[in-house]
Amino acid sequence: MSEELKSNLVALETIVKREVRRFTRIWPQTLLPPAITMVLYFVIFGNLIGQRIGEMGGFTYMEYIVPGLIMMSVITNSYSNVVSSFFGSKFQRNIEELLVSPVSPHTILIGYVAGGVLRGLAVGFIVTVLSFFFTHLQVHHLGVTILVVLLTATIFAMGGFINAVFARNFDDISIVPTFVLTPLTYLGGVFYSIHLLPPFWQTVSLANPILHMVNSFRYGILGVSDIHIGVAISFMLVATVVLYVVCVRLLVSGRGMRQ
Amino acid sequence: MSSALTIRELTKTYGNGFQALKGIDLDVKEGDFFALLGPNGAGKSTTIGILSTLVNKSSGTVNVFGNDLDRDPAGLKRCLGVVPQEFNFNQFEKVFDIVVTQAGYYGISRRVAAERAERYLNQLGLWDKRDAASRELSGGMKRRLMIARALVHEPRLLILDEPTAGVDIELRRSMWSFLSELNKQGITIILTTHYLEEAEQLCRNIGIIDHGTIVENTSMKSLLKQLHVETFLLDLKESLLVPPQLEGYPAQLVDHHTLEVLVDKSLGITDLFAQLASQGIEVSSLRNKSNRLEELFVSLVEKNLSKVAV
Repeated sequence: MSEELKSNLVALETIVKREVRRFTRIWPQTLLPPAITMVLYFVIFGNLIGQRIGEMGGFTYMEYIVPGLIMMSVITNSYSNVVSSFFGSKFQRNIEELLVSPVSPHTILIGYVAGGVLRGLAVGFIVTVLSFFFTHLQVHHLGVTILVVLLTATIFAMGGFINAVFARNFDDISIVPTFVLTPLTYLGGVFYSIHLLPPFWQTVSLANPILHMVNSFRYGILGVSDIHIGVAISFMLVATVVLYVVCVRLLVSGRGMRQ
Repeated sequence: MSSALTIRELTKTYGNGFQALKGIDLDVKEGDFFALLGPNGAGKSTTIGILSTLVNKSSGTVNVFGNDLDRDPAGLKRCLGVVPQEFNFNQFEKVFDIVVTQAGYYGISRRVAAERAERYLNQLGLWDKRDAASRELSGGMKRRLMIARALVHEPRLLILDEPTAGVDIELRRSMWSFLSELNKQGITIILTTHYLEEAEQLCRNIGIIDHGTIVENTSMKSLLKQLHVETFLLDLKESLLVPPQLEGYPAQLVDHHTLEVLVDKSLGITDLFAQLASQGIEVSSLRNKSNRLEELFVSLVEKNLSKVAV
């Protein structure tokens, strides 16, 4: 192993540990709120309203929404971890600590994205454990479940990274989650099957990337999906590669970081 | 002695069209303690920004211990430690973690990083604060933390951008002795400062930058030799109402007990005292009106200003 590779592996470990330390240190802001929110969703939508809705896709409404709610937690937390951590580093200027060091842009990106993925997974795990109090979950396809959750967390962590690079103030890091991410998530089949929609809106919904992620994950857990799994996973793989290239280019150019 | 830093034809034009550097050349030898001086906005921080890769240069070359900025930025960065002017660490992280984390970015194992962090935090009087969040430190402590952080990967060239700004005199002097000790150990140091006494005290060579050009790059000794005239303030035992006539020494009264005299180095001060004694004027004490380097600095910058204005 070359000296440079060894050095970058130590740097990667350092960045990931720092990121994990950050979100675990402020757990009342990072891990607790999604747990409370999801419990409310389980109680209100799953239990109270769900009983009146009846079955969806051959499952109780609670069973049907659990995978979507887990995915929703993973998406919002992997995104918000990177956007807030990276923008915070820019704002406090401690991003300069990394920029003056010999760490490669790939290492910086992978470190931040790993931090986002780990928070997404941590919250996803907490929400999954909480869901056991409300329903019984069985995993239909473990490989698909793991692959989809990892790809989704990675994609949204990189999305958060791009948002943080372009953000100039704290408003800029809340615009995308509020006006793009939340509507897309709610319209992304978390609470309903798109077969309930008129044909035109079913077609429009297919343009929503979150729909593919939620349904792929739901397939992994329940074995049902509104979309073609192969297409969805291919789309996620392509999106991962494209976003990775974009993120590395932004880092190399120093946009928003170097003058 | 080999070169620690070589800069050639370095230019920087910012996005708004402001030309901060207009093709500067600079050489700093290994082991040197070099002062980079200049008024605000002269281009000092831009130069340091380019060296530390926080500012993208427009053109020119930069080489640190044989590592070219364009061809081997990682190699250059390994040789370089930077203490910036503004605090740039995470305000919520602990002092110890900041230093150890920085070492990690350079590929230094946690065990070695912890040992070095302990050594430098001790040397800089911050060990007792190792578990404090950095935001809880005083201004002087924050500056010392940035020095510890810049040293943890043991750079060969240390660049300090106004490290003693806002630091009290006692602490400033202890930082001077710390930096001198580092220099004695072989670390090349480049220092920018507004305290010219600091530059005169610490540095062997000096570069003066103004309006994006190097107006002087020489040794401190030869620069100070350029100073032909010094201004002295004499405290008089008896009060005077009019300034005395002193041949070869223009003089004026600052107040009835203080006489300001311009002394040409070629004349010396022996004759001045002889003339004062012959007029029955007794002097109780003597001091420089301003720092010698300060007089030179002002004259060089003013000279350059008139060139720019033309």
